[in-house]
Amino acid sequence: MQAGNLVLLLIALGAVFYFFGWRRSYAVSAPLGGVRHLHSLPGYYASLAAVWCVLPALALLAFWLMIDDAVIRTNLMASLPSSIQPQSQVDHELLLNQIRNVAGGALNPAFVPAEVAAAAEQLNAMQAKNQLMLNIAFISIAVLGGVWGWSRVQPRLRARQQVESVMKWLLMASAMVAILTTLGIVLSVLFESIRFFQKVSPVEFLFGLQWSPQIALRPDQVGATGAFGAVPLFAGTLLISFIAMCVAVPVGLMSAIYLAEYAHKNVRAWAKPILEILAGVPTVVYGFFAALTVAPAIRGLGESMGLTVASESALAAGLVMGIMIIPFISSLADDVITAVPRAMRDGSLALGATQSETIKRVVIPAALPGIMGGILLAVSRAIGETMIVVMAAGLAANLTANPLEAVTTITVQIVTLLVGDQEFDSAKTLAAFALGLMLFIVTLALNVIALKIVRKYREQYE
Amino acid sequence: METAQNLTDTARTIPAARMAQEPEAMNQKIPYPEQTIGKPLCDDPKMSMRNVNVFYGDSQAIYDVSLDIGKNQVIALIGPSGCGKSTFLRCMNRMNDTIDICKVKGSFMLEQDNIYDPKLDVVELRARVGMVFQKPNPFPKSIYENVAYGPRLHGLANKKFELDEIVENSLRKAGLWDEVKDRLDQPGTGLSGGQQQRLCIARSIAVSPEVVLMDEPCSALDPIATAKIEELIDELSSQYTIAIVTHSMQQAARVSHRTAYFHLGRLIEVNDTNTVFTAPEHALTEAYITGRFG
Amino acid sequence: MSNTTEQVRKSLKARYRSEKRFRAFGISAVAFGLLAVVVLFTDIISKGTSAFVETYIQLDIHWDPAELGIDDPTDPEQVNYADYDALIKAALRERFPDVEDRLERRALYQLASSGAGFRLRDQLQENPDLLGTIQTRWILADDDVDMFIKADAEDRQNTRLPEVARPWVEALERDGHTDIQWNASFFSKGDSREPEQAGVWAAVTGSFFTMLVTLALAFPIGVAAAVYLEEFAPKNRYTDFIEVNINNLAAVPSIIFGLLGLAIFINLFGLPRSVPLVGGLVLTLMTLPTIIISARAAIKSVPPSIREAALGMGASRMQMVMHHVLPLAMPGMLTGAIIGMAQALGETAPLLMIGMVAFIVDIPGGPLDASTVLPVQIYLWADSPEASFVALTSAAIMVLLAFLISMNTLAVLLRKRLERRW
Repeated sequence: MQAGNLVLLLIALGAVFYFFGWRRSYAVSAPLGGVRHLHSLPGYYASLAAVWCVLPALALLAFWLMIDDAVIRTNLMASLPSSIQPQSQVDHELLLNQIRNVAGGALNPAFVPAEVAAAAEQLNAMQAKNQLMLNIAFISIAVLGGVWGWSRVQPRLRARQQVESVMKWLLMASAMVAILTTLGIVLSVLFESIRFFQKVSPVEFLFGLQWSPQIALRPDQVGATGAFGAVPLFAGTLLISFIAMCVAVPVGLMSAIYLAEYAHKNVRAWAKPILEILAGVPTVVYGFFAALTVAPAIRGLGESMGLTVASESALAAGLVMGIMIIPFISSLADDVITAVPRAMRDGSLALGATQSETIKRVVIPAALPGIMGGILLAVSRAIGETMIVVMAAGLAANLTANPLEAVTTITVQIVTLLVGDQEFDSAKTLAAFALGLMLFIVTLALNVIALKIVRKYREQYE
Repeated sequence: METAQNLTDTARTIPAARMAQEPEAMNQKIPYPEQTIGKPLCDDPKMSMRNVNVFYGDSQAIYDVSLDIGKNQVIALIGPSGCGKSTFLRCMNRMNDTIDICKVKGSFMLEQDNIYDPKLDVVELRARVGMVFQKPNPFPKSIYENVAYGPRLHGLANKKFELDEIVENSLRKAGLWDEVKDRLDQPGTGLSGGQQQRLCIARSIAVSPEVVLMDEPCSALDPIATAKIEELIDELSSQYTIAIVTHSMQQAARVSHRTAYFHLGRLIEVNDTNTVFTAPEHALTEAYITGRFG
Repeated sequence: MSNTTEQVRKSLKARYRSEKRFRAFGISAVAFGLLAVVVLFTDIISKGTSAFVETYIQLDIHWDPAELGIDDPTDPEQVNYADYDALIKAALRERFPDVEDRLERRALYQLASSGAGFRLRDQLQENPDLLGTIQTRWILADDDVDMFIKADAEDRQNTRLPEVARPWVEALERDGHTDIQWNASFFSKGDSREPEQAGVWAAVTGSFFTMLVTLALAFPIGVAAAVYLEEFAPKNRYTDFIEVNINNLAAVPSIIFGLLGLAIFINLFGLPRSVPLVGGLVLTLMTLPTIIISARAAIKSVPPSIREAALGMGASRMQMVMHHVLPLAMPGMLTGAIIGMAQALGETAPLLMIGMVAFIVDIPGGPLDASTVLPVQIYLWADSPEASFVALTSAAIMVLLAFLISMNTLAVLLRKRLERRW
């Protein structure tokens, strides 16, 4: 890749200027009587020269790569003869793709109109010119910057402060990545969702009972619009999450209590890490387990009792998801239970309470906020869990509360709508982003509340 | 390796264990007496302990202590920190059971019952021998619930009004009723330190124990709150047998009938409080009382 | 007073019963969790081990130039494109001369894997003298034959091997002309429609490049962010906001990061789909919170006295961090990074979003080649209808788990070896 080569070149240039900066710092210090008469150590002068070489050039590269595609495209389109000027947005994209394919060699120029072939040649020429200009600009900026940095090496220059402030800015920029990520999530999901809601009303999306996102291939086909009522998805997600929590909360909580309060420390030393293995197993493995082992087992069991069980029952997915969440709940519960001060337990035991009475009436009530926070986090994880439901839950949007039937969830639909090639403007694809927005809002709300509760709880006993 | 680690952990939290690890560290110039000096035994004891030895893992925290506690008597256990007095107190209602590495030898009798008899029920024992801790530890529940906790556990009240009565009586006895009667439903953790400690005393007397053990109940309190608790102990002594561990000799002198002086796990001297403070017989006791170490 | 004792005694029996119930409940919860681990692992191991070996059948191959269509063995073009399947077909006809019906013949030809011819080609390219000779060769069997051979006697009825073919395979087995050998291609090949030819190596390489990108980005950025937040950031609302942000990002569902990657990296920046570079970028954003949080914990555990000592010697804050805090916190940071990488290695959902679900046969050569990753390969195989893919999927899971377990063990060892207690 061109940009990759440029970056490698830049690293080499930076090293060169580091070396020259180092040399010059010694040179300017010689008449003064050695490096101890410099303001900073030679390494800082050298780093400063290298920084002047690298940073401006990198900034240029980033800026260039961001705009060059758009510039080329606009110029190319403007230069097209009017005979093939596209009429609509869709035509525009199609034409552009065609030109690109011809230019890239994927399409034989003999199969396209002569104008397109010409445009493709022009595109290639423009791209070559663009690359050449980028190379020249990039290298000259790097060299100029390096020379400037090198020429600034003077005994009185506060090189250490300058290098350190650059480093500090870099550190801060790294910390900003977290905010940029959140921003990126919000913007990417929000913009596509807004486009979706221009096609489908939010009321229909939030309260509609029909979900069948099939878009007709031809506008005159029957059922051409598709239905985007997401209530069955919400219900399915809640049903599976509910089943998961029914498994995970009692098991996770009770095992945390048992291991923290009753178990001999040897048992604890073995059982805890083994339970935590469950947290390290990838979700795709759980999905496989749910689809190929648990679901057939439940189906067989149900049929032996005369029940009709769907082969992709909500119960199987929920059960396995519950198993996945057990260690999550138990380790959070363990944290909050062990945070309850020993004095509380002593106070209760000294009154003649049995151990279980102490746990039930003193320890758990005291730890309750922390436990609730942990459960909320677990719920948010269950709602956002993808692979288990993709592999073990159904695709059909059933509005049912029967755990033996197949239901579908938000995450399943996001995956099915987006996997595979789609044009990016159909309501079907955009619906995935609207679902993503719902998922993000709900999990974010749960997380914020849960983290607040947990943090408050920790402060209480610190 | 692991036990050693545990031992250090325990030692960090339990002063007695810490001291027991290095008994040589303290001034050994004054020899221990062959036997406890004074009158460690009495007629008609409520509790009587004989030849008690306590170990934390491999190190010994208490050496061969024998002591009686008379009925409706307040006995003060004093001594320099880490001398084993708290350990001894905790053995008296088997609170040391909760520490894995703690082993207790010797006999503890509560009237006719052997406390360490495997057949004896710990729950029942602790209902009879209550305990108040160094730091006030009210449960994070309302004041009412804190006091009602014990009676509810043991099924001491069948009706709501009976429970109300127990709560009110206990709070009155603990001298807290007038201060909290209007806010019984507020959390016990919202009270001041002294009030919290009196709440804990009310909580433990709500199950009408026979003996109340107090482990430095005033060490976390200011002088005014301390004075209130001392007054309370004095009043309670008419109904209950009380053993109090204290760091303050003045407190021991003010509230107790008898005083036992512990030194590095050994019971050096026991006598009437007056005698101990006015005419200590053993040199160690005298040294402690006159403030030469502590 | 005895009144109390009486009352307590009366209540004791019921209270101890409830104590016992509670304890039993606790034990069964722990047992359920442990049982889940055991069942999960035995299920996967029992399903997967058979995929590590595969069945071969012994045939006498006549390297007939006429059948191959080679008239000039020195011409590499001819050797390359010759019809090697014809040799196998001829050998099968030779072995079972009674089979004459056209449909039955077709079934007969299907005993050998469709990829078996390529191995004969490789042999001939290596040794041109084979031409014209008759040699005994072990030929890779089709997956149906493989399943049939591996199945127990009573389960054989249920395998997919066609009825007509069963006597032939049984005959081969009787004569000792079937053999089960180590499945080397599983560890050296890419995906395939034919289960007996499919391997995980392409996926493992894809995972490797993806992890390389992730590690190269996530570790430096994560450490830098942690250093900034712990050592330089003023305690104000903005820093609080960053902190809340990081904690929340750690709990955002992974699929959302996939949506982000699709919308930003692919649609906005125009990066190619299905490449490890984009996968690595997405996983970087996903693992960053984990790495930042653990790196901050590691920095926090460096005692303030060391910082004061450095500052007291006249070091600048940056020097103090670079010379003292970072080296001391490094083991903790590495541990956190390994755990974060293990998490990223097992992640599937966001990679589905950015198109890493492609059918990849070739081993990718770099982070810009279309590729898939191990968990996605598992997902793809789990969706395949052929029964043999179940074993293959389980085997791939075992490979993935082996990687994860070694990474976690490494983290634990690192923590034990390098972590110091203050």
